[in-house]
Amino acid sequence: MHIMKKCLAAVLTVLAGAVVPAPSFAQSANEIFYPMLVTRTGPFASAASGVSSGQQDYFALLNAKGGIKGIKIRWEECEFEYKTPRALECYERYRGQWKIVYPNSTPAIFSLADRLNQDKVLGINVAGGRSDSSDGETFPYLSPVMLNFWAQAASTIRYIAQREGGEDKLKGKKIAFIHIDNAYGRQPFPIFDALAAKYGFEWKSWPLAWPALEQSAAWVDIARRFRADWAVQWNYGQSCSVPFTEMTRVGFPIEKFVGTLWCGSEEDIAPAGDLAKGYVSANFHGVGQDFPVIKEILDVVYKSGKGNMEKDRIGTVAYNRGVINGIIIAEAMRHAVEKFGMPLTGEKVRDGFRMIKLDKARLKELGAEGLMPELAFSPTYHGGVDGQLYQQWDGKKWKTISDWVAPYEDVVWNEIKKSAKAYREEVQQKK
Amino acid sequence: MNDLAFAVELTITGVLIGLLYSMIALGFVLIFKASSVFNFAQGAMTLFSALTLVGLIPLVGFWLALVGAVLIMCVVALVAERVAFRPLIGSSPLVIFMATIGLAYILEGFAQMVWGTQPHGLKLGLPVDPLKLGSIFISKSDLISAGVAGVLVALLIVFFQYTKIGLGLRAIANDQIAAQSVGIDLRKVWAIAWILAGFVALVAGMLWGSRIGVHFAMSLIALKALPVLIIGGIESIPGAIVGGIIVGVAEALGEGFIGPYVGGGVQDVMAYLVALIFLLIRPYGIFGQAAIERV
Repeated sequence: MHIMKKCLAAVLTVLAGAVVPAPSFAQSANEIFYPMLVTRTGPFASAASGVSSGQQDYFALLNAKGGIKGIKIRWEECEFEYKTPRALECYERYRGQWKIVYPNSTPAIFSLADRLNQDKVLGINVAGGRSDSSDGETFPYLSPVMLNFWAQAASTIRYIAQREGGEDKLKGKKIAFIHIDNAYGRQPFPIFDALAAKYGFEWKSWPLAWPALEQSAAWVDIARRFRADWAVQWNYGQSCSVPFTEMTRVGFPIEKFVGTLWCGSEEDIAPAGDLAKGYVSANFHGVGQDFPVIKEILDVVYKSGKGNMEKDRIGTVAYNRGVINGIIIAEAMRHAVEKFGMPLTGEKVRDGFRMIKLDKARLKELGAEGLMPELAFSPTYHGGVDGQLYQQWDGKKWKTISDWVAPYEDVVWNEIKKSAKAYREEVQQKK
Repeated sequence: MNDLAFAVELTITGVLIGLLYSMIALGFVLIFKASSVFNFAQGAMTLFSALTLVGLIPLVGFWLALVGAVLIMCVVALVAERVAFRPLIGSSPLVIFMATIGLAYILEGFAQMVWGTQPHGLKLGLPVDPLKLGSIFISKSDLISAGVAGVLVALLIVFFQYTKIGLGLRAIANDQIAAQSVGIDLRKVWAIAWILAGFVALVAGMLWGSRIGVHFAMSLIALKALPVLIIGGIESIPGAIVGGIIVGVAEALGEGFIGPYVGGGVQDVMAYLVALIFLLIRPYGIFGQAAIERV
């Protein structure tokens, strides 16, 4: 019996070895090997999987059209389930192979920061990451690319002010801030403090422990004791959809509720159904399939059966966000290839990233006009101080209801400079 | 709103949420009663059953989907019992516990493979507007859910106290070998326990699904059953109810009255803090039986 069991174990081991492919790091001269951190399982997979697939579909389109100057991108996924220890494990597994790292996780980018600096690899987290990494001089290997959290928070307050009829109407108003209690959820604090002091509103935080699925007591407090005039949610994944039921229970009006752009994808509100009708969230790009690059992906990638996601999710917020990330990463690689040649390294791609200038003409060339805003980076500016759009859920789809709402740039830059200075001093002290 | 009214509203909210925690804890109790093992897969069973239900609804409508989900949960329970647990009869509880961990991973992976990772809404037609009693708001849907939990608990109590199989389950939990020696069919009783646990998982999945949506994170809610079971006693059905209410109320009042002094976010900590206190003063829970072992 024991021999049988041993034989069975040996056979299974051999089979497992044959079925599970070992990571293939080798990079030939005509391809760029791009390891990818992805979240396709777990509580945050619903939207995060769309972001990863959008990115891959854009690379697939690029490859089908000949690649970057004839060089194709070969990606390989490392699943980390939005868990920081697993993200670090993935990073170590592919250490030496990274050209640019995009985890789509703020806690992960915080934890990876030292290794990225040491390895000279740029870590990006579009509309996330460290807010002060907009300062490219202080953080040469980190970038929020677009809309750092401080810009998002400032734009949200400006949007509320617009809805109230001007900044002067904010005086005496109460804003409840309900958020996941981690590095992502806590980032808006200094901006809210600065703007509360400037405009005279009161704000209070309701932190939620991960996975933040039980919010009932917090909402009773927000609606019944604090009596908030506005509530802002800074959740992620399925915790975004929980407030709709809770708000209804305590009688908080949905028209006074604004969500972060990370609570603004179709997947975030699907479980709430009709309760989410009228909900407003931030966003920074176009939604739907009506963009040349998305149509081209459908025509070229999906018709040839090389798509990386369910076809009915193409054009969703998360998917389009992934395509935009793909465009930015591919542009950084293109500049690096053109300027420095192959083989690519982290440093070359970082310098390529700093050369990105996505103006109207270039966006049109890429088929992304209207899909994403114009962008330009430099060695000193790693992006992040931008405005947001606001969209409303009509029960079936998102409808953009505002123009770009700029952040209070002076307040945001002040915070970036203050924080970057503190970081430099901390590094100096450690030396 | 004054502090008293606030405390009353939080307490009512806590009681109603606590009863929903009890629903999940019940599944653990059922398996523990049959095998003296903490069933780590109960959360995954809740997720799997709810995903199956919402996956079937667009295909065959709600009622047929419900019947289908019950049948599928029966099959899952029977397969789990036959393939994973029957071969382990006589093994130590730790070995069986490890098997439940394996089952949890299989169910979570299988559920995502079959039904995908996308979240779904589950509408049971429960009223969403609150019941207003003076300055106090009470959720009507939570009241109904609490009623469902109450009925299910009453049925389970009757089952365990007054049916032959229920008595068999209790006997097996007490002493497997002695129970077998008096003719109780361990395999049959285990299979029934797993089917019941699957059914309870489905009811819990429906009630929680209508509240937070049906998605992968649902299996994490099952973690709340741990403090509930510590407080109530892991082998007691009334214990699951009382433990759930204590946890729900402690969370709500803790968040409302202690939270403001420590920066908030204490809701989850409260559940474990209360459980820790119980571990110190009554380690086998309010309704649990003190196990006396020769060492």
